[in-house]
Amino acid sequence: MNADCIVIMGSNMAEAHPVGFQWVMEAKARGAEVIHVDPRFTRTSALADLHVPLRAGTDVAFLGGVIKYILDNDLDFREYVTAYTNASFLVDERYVDTEDLDGLFSGYDPETGSYDRSSWQYEGVDAEGADGVRAKEQSSSYEAGAGGAPLEGVGEGVASDPTLEHPRCVFQILRRHFARYTPEVVSTICGVPVDRFLRVCRAWTENSGRERTTALVYSVGWTQHTTGPQNVRAGSIIQLLLGNIGRPGGGVYALRGHANIQGSTDIPTLFNLLPGYLPMPDTSHENLAAYLENIRGKDQKGFWYNADAYTVSLLKEYWGEKATPENDFCFDYLPRINGDHATYRTVMDMVEGRVFGYFLLGQNPAVGSAHGHLQRMAMANLDWVVVRDLAMIESATFWKDSPEIETGEIVPEKCRTEVFFFPAASHVEKSGTFTQTQRMVQWRDQAVEPRGDQRSELWFFHRLGVLLRERLAGSTDERDRPLLDLAWDYAMEGDEPSAEDVLRRINGIDLRTGKPVNGYPELRADGTTSSGCWLYSGVFADGVNQAARRRSHLEQEAYDLEWGWTWPLNRRVLYNRASADPEGRPWSERKALVWWDAEKGEWTGHDVPDFERAKPPDYRPPAGAVGPEALRGDDPFIMQADGKAWLFAPSGLVDGPLPTHYEPHESPVRNLLYGQQGSPARKVYGRPDNPSNPAPPEPNLDVFPFVFTASRLTEHHTAGGMSRQVPYLAELQPALFVEVSPELATERGLAHLGWAHVVTSRGAVDARVVVTDRMTPLRLPDRVLHQVWMPYHFGQSGVVRGDVVNDLIGVVVDPNVFIQESKVLTCDVQPGRRPRGRALLEYLEGYRRRAGVTEETGTRIATAGRLDPPAHTERT
Amino acid sequence: MGVGDWVRSWPVYRQLTGTDRLGRGAAARSRRSAELTPRTASADRVVGSVCPFCAVGCAQKVYVKDERVIQIEGNPDSPISRGRLCPKGSASKQLVTGPQRQEHVLYRAPYASEWQRLDLDTAMDMVAERVLDARRRGWQDRDEQGRTLRRTMGLAGLGGATLDNEENHLVKKLFTALGAVQIENQARI
Ligand code: SF4
Repeated sequence: MNADCIVIMGSNMAEAHPVGFQWVMEAKARGAEVIHVDPRFTRTSALADLHVPLRAGTDVAFLGGVIKYILDNDLDFREYVTAYTNASFLVDERYVDTEDLDGLFSGYDPETGSYDRSSWQYEGVDAEGADGVRAKEQSSSYEAGAGGAPLEGVGEGVASDPTLEHPRCVFQILRRHFARYTPEVVSTICGVPVDRFLRVCRAWTENSGRERTTALVYSVGWTQHTTGPQNVRAGSIIQLLLGNIGRPGGGVYALRGHANIQGSTDIPTLFNLLPGYLPMPDTSHENLAAYLENIRGKDQKGFWYNADAYTVSLLKEYWGEKATPENDFCFDYLPRINGDHATYRTVMDMVEGRVFGYFLLGQNPAVGSAHGHLQRMAMANLDWVVVRDLAMIESATFWKDSPEIETGEIVPEKCRTEVFFFPAASHVEKSGTFTQTQRMVQWRDQAVEPRGDQRSELWFFHRLGVLLRERLAGSTDERDRPLLDLAWDYAMEGDEPSAEDVLRRINGIDLRTGKPVNGYPELRADGTTSSGCWLYSGVFADGVNQAARRRSHLEQEAYDLEWGWTWPLNRRVLYNRASADPEGRPWSERKALVWWDAEKGEWTGHDVPDFERAKPPDYRPPAGAVGPEALRGDDPFIMQADGKAWLFAPSGLVDGPLPTHYEPHESPVRNLLYGQQGSPARKVYGRPDNPSNPAPPEPNLDVFPFVFTASRLTEHHTAGGMSRQVPYLAELQPALFVEVSPELATERGLAHLGWAHVVTSRGAVDARVVVTDRMTPLRLPDRVLHQVWMPYHFGQSGVVRGDVVNDLIGVVVDPNVFIQESKVLTCDVQPGRRPRGRALLEYLEGYRRRAGVTEETGTRIATAGRLDPPAHTERT
Repeated sequence: MGVGDWVRSWPVYRQLTGTDRLGRGAAARSRRSAELTPRTASADRVVGSVCPFCAVGCAQKVYVKDERVIQIEGNPDSPISRGRLCPKGSASKQLVTGPQRQEHVLYRAPYASEWQRLDLDTAMDMVAERVLDARRRGWQDRDEQGRTLRRTMGLAGLGGATLDNEENHLVKKLFTALGAVQIENQARI
């Protein structure tokens, strides 16, 4: 609402986050310019001042063009950039940029498709985890989440050139890296007219600086790409160059799509994380000391240095009194990871028969995960599946009504999977917290009791734990110790653990007094505190459930600090120290947020300062200081190992220190900028059951000539389990449809509201045709390129039904966070309905044959400067 | 009703004398609609909640009568939503009270073509047995270089983005204690 300009890219906010969008409209009413960059004209575009259609998957090219525009015209916020970012830091001499290696960075190994990142470091600095193969296998950059990546040797300061002139300083590297991203190149790659592109550049830069700020909004339109994290990085670089981070009306907003998807990342049900973005230990961590040494630098700056206190407090919450200094606080009870154990890998392992049982907790992968066919075949090869949901969903009934029943690929009488369906309690039938998209933790009170066998997950998992421990009681097997020693002693309300007590234990307890701690600075590494998630420390400050606060916004100041509770420590704007200049004064009165009050000797302002309250702006650390003490009074980025925001990422990303334009895995277009076609580090799972459509330089591109993208409707929710079953919502959006441009409709003979089917090498789905100029044909230099769009919520059960759009999508993931590229692929569109039964299998086989698709298609990922790149299949 | 009231109840009179000169609102209101009261007025209690669909986090007021949810509305006190709910949030009452809600444990035996009912305790026992079995079969003590793994690859989990923080905490804690690492959720997707 404080923004002067809002750029929405990779998000259809009005459709997918409708009530949040009221704040964009509020800002617009106050004069803010709203810009929407998206392949399709959507409900968001309709309300924006400017809609820019671009080719799906070309976001880095577009944003790189904006970066070049800023640098060429000296429009960066120079004081902010010099003081708060790593622009002046010098990079290692061995670093070679994509400019000189045809689209690759130094350190690339085509055999493994990964980077040795040691040459990307600052001059004279070591970074942990430069081993690219291990990183690509374990998603290790994601592990580094909360603290950024660890760095050694930054305590003493990094070699730098504050004039930003040195050829190896980050600022100059940035200039060279983006030198090719001219408006004309952007126009050609993205299919965006030059004048529209320049209008975005002007609006963005004119609304940034001391007096003005621009907000940047994205969602899974940016993340579901093989370059997902690099899309976000590119946006962040712009926001940093323009001084839009940590300031009111600035920021990069990741809009998240499920009630508690933020919370399930913070207190993760994810393979590579422990709570609070602590990495899951791997096989190199023989003990606690080795683990801690690996996850933080021994002389690094900032609050991540205290990761030992966060880790030990977690172990104390997990194993209570059994965790002692003598036994390494039970560190050895933690299982170790040593590779990709993410959901798609696991599903392929199910197909191979290596996994026996599967819990599905409010998630419906038969419809909602990429490659629905693979998902269902995996489940049909398990011993058992436990499905816990509100209503009957496709993932519980795959054995009797999945599309594979029709094709004969699953036969009920031959399918051995046992399926348990447990009805779940709904959000009004249990108490607990959701963390919304801006990190605000909000408590729900239970309204009514669930009925029949309906139970919460809290009940289910607590009860399961009790039963398992009963069965193992008396076991002398070492492997059972972690279960038997588990602190499973939550206060009970009836036969269910008290959610409030669990939240209190997540917050953390001072074990000497038994009282909740007031924040993560109170956590200790000596075993005197416990905490289930250090980031949430403070949610129970003063012994009060802060998440349950509901003071009306009508009675509060602008930042509403008494509604719910926002991690960390109820700070609404992260890194808000950057809203003041190095001396601690607001950059401008108009954009004041927090500032140094010299009289009182403390930071103060409208928000809770995201900085040590009493540390003055001119504070300089004593020699040899580490951790928070080493942060200068003008280092706003308090979680970073060097206290600075990173324009250039010396570590933390496995696919490059700077974003680079790569074509999507499946693209009809050759990369205009480099010989390297797609992301050189992407993970392809080359297997016969996961085929790819061909992409340049491979032949037969005409078989799947169109660009496909998919997203949400307001009226439905993800895989449909909570919306296709609900008559009100089902009635509002009763059928699956595909949006095509009038030109494509003519080309393919598609009739408005008639049937068509969309085909890829994985599957074919039926849909009603919607002919609309919401889809703009893109004019590339040599041809017109068509894009088609579908909503993805449909499946075979519920009040309204339709084919599963995820059946079209294969599994190819970005190497940092292992998220699939489901926002862009190639496809064919044909009039009429698809074949059914066995004929469908033959039909798809025909397509694959014509396109020359084998398991190697799309897996020769290293295309820069080589004639014969190796294939990355599961066999090789 | 006195004569005066009777005259005043006549819509044309109300249209001519009241603020609703076009007769499209208050003037045209029938006695029946005047006497209607919202469901919310008769609730025994109102409970503070949060919309279970997307991550905007709109606040809800849940109206309960006779231990049943009779209405769910937006909470105007919320600084996030100021009382608004989108179509999904507005359909929450149907989400929690509709006939699609399952109430019983169902079990599909190997090779069966239909569901059968199972009581909750039996089902829990069966799941506990199967967890231990899958854990045992997928157990790995060490890798080929002798380094600690202490884990099982025999079972996996998917889900969490629709669950509470407290629930995710117990799921991760129990999975970790079991040695099961393959637990994932929508955040990966
Ligand atoms: S009401 Fe709509 S916008 Fe608000 S949280 Fe629910 S789904 Fe999201």
